[in-house]
Amino acid sequence: MTAFLLICAAISLFWTPGSAYDITITNRFLPPSADHWLGTDQFGRDIASMLMTGTQNSIVVAVVAVSIGLFIGVSLGLLAAAKRGWTEEIIMRFSDFSFAFPAILSAIMLTAILGPGGVNSILAIGLYNIPVFARLTRGSANSIWAREFVMAARASGKGRFRITFEHILPNVLSLIIVQATILFAIAILAEAALSYLGLGTQPPEPSWGRMLNEAQTLMFLDPMQAIYPGLAIAIAVFGLNLLGDGLRDVLDPRLSRKR
Amino acid sequence: MSVFIAKRVLTLLATLIGASIVIFLVMEILPGDPALVILGVDASDEAVRALTIELGLDRPPLERYWDWMTGILTGELGNSYAYKVPVWELVEGALLITIPLALMSITLSIVLALSIGLYAAANHNKAGDITLMGISQLGISVPNFWLAILLIILFAIELRWLPAGGFPGWKEGFWVCLKALLLPSLALATVVGAILARITRSSVLEVFREDYVRTARAKGLSQQATLWRHVLRNALIPVLTVTGIQFSALLTGTVVVENVFHIPGLGSLVLKAINNRDTIVVENVVLLLATMIIVVNFVVDILYAVIDPRLKAHDI
Repeated sequence: MTAFLLICAAISLFWTPGSAYDITITNRFLPPSADHWLGTDQFGRDIASMLMTGTQNSIVVAVVAVSIGLFIGVSLGLLAAAKRGWTEEIIMRFSDFSFAFPAILSAIMLTAILGPGGVNSILAIGLYNIPVFARLTRGSANSIWAREFVMAARASGKGRFRITFEHILPNVLSLIIVQATILFAIAILAEAALSYLGLGTQPPEPSWGRMLNEAQTLMFLDPMQAIYPGLAIAIAVFGLNLLGDGLRDVLDPRLSRKR
Repeated sequence: MSVFIAKRVLTLLATLIGASIVIFLVMEILPGDPALVILGVDASDEAVRALTIELGLDRPPLERYWDWMTGILTGELGNSYAYKVPVWELVEGALLITIPLALMSITLSIVLALSIGLYAAANHNKAGDITLMGISQLGISVPNFWLAILLIILFAIELRWLPAGGFPGWKEGFWVCLKALLLPSLALATVVGAILARITRSSVLEVFREDYVRTARAKGLSQQATLWRHVLRNALIPVLTVTGIQFSALLTGTVVVENVFHIPGLGSLVLKAINNRDTIVVENVVLLLATMIIVVNFVVDILYAVIDPRLKAHDI
């Protein structure tokens, strides 16, 4: 399913069944047909094309947001585990209270001062991901620091920095990858919610969340328009969750046995 | 126990102060000039200066922060820039809707989660279990605001059983209001309930494998009695943790879903405030929501110790 979405996004870079931007008022509310696979919206835009272009948008936002969280969060987590002491304390207290600021809350603050925009939603989602990765990385890195092979490495005179990259990181990586898939799904949901509220991606850029927002005002006229974008989000998230479960089974057989 | 609680209360206070400092920094220091944000970039210099003085923004940041904090403790939050009424009045009205909505949703999700989770665990790997877990996997993947729209289409437009949105106000009677909040809380509870149901199932299954459960069964206790007396209490610990974590998702979900149903709660208030550049309202609502999340997690921490006395002994 995730592959299907990636393919949709890739194809939409070159070709869509119609144009996602062209407004042809005479074609309003057309039913699905060969020309317009899923029909058209209130401005005569092709819904299938908008959905495909929207896929691009969701993927870009999610990739950037998860990467922000991944790089900063994992580095902080590794640092906390390597240094211990007050460094760890500061990083962990910091991540403690960032939990009080879910993506939507930070996005609300950011839009209030910077105005709405796609970049803000990426930032807000990314910021929220940092403590999630930091905690996870620190927790599993700590347990690996206590293992014999790390002791051996230390005894052979390797520095903390080198041990972190040669022994700790490879061992926590699988857990991080699984977490990244799950957060990717959450990022897609958050982006959709933000653009639904009008805080994220701005028109005329098609995005699933905003399509839903526009469709809602037309619910009485054309309920199907409110179905497709949501279905796209649900498929994307469902696929990513399954991918996460699958990856966990492959990368970490111990966890799957416990389940 | 009292040492444990005292430690937790200290952490709670520190976290709350930390959160308020972050909000203050982001909302009042980062943009450089809140007066400019309110008036827009085209405003004349004099207008900006006048507003800066009117809002008291020319005073040093530390003093303003102190005023904000003492204001919160005394209920004096200042006036909304857009409506010229006390912020507290706006927030109070919104809270009277958001809190019942959040409580209704969390109750609904716990009821859903426990019944589905326990049923699935009791019928482990049978058809019922597999179907329910498939449905819950779907439930996790569905965005709550889309579910809300679907519920409106089904129950309000097609079946005409429930109102499509809006809130009549508590004066109109309890049941009318409950009806207005039913669809929103259902939309919120489905997603959170699906997550909790999966946790409940796996945690009950895990506890069933423990030695003490086998002992209880061996000494002749029935499956039912074991479930209630031994399994549930232990299995509830992870469920409680996740409920605490999910509360923040639920609260931000409320912000979104309130806008789907045009319910005048905190979510609608804060969104309107953003559009009106009413930063003082945004600031206070964000702090309020963050405080709610922090306090709920604090309560969960304390509840832990009540359910699981082992934690008290460690005095973490």
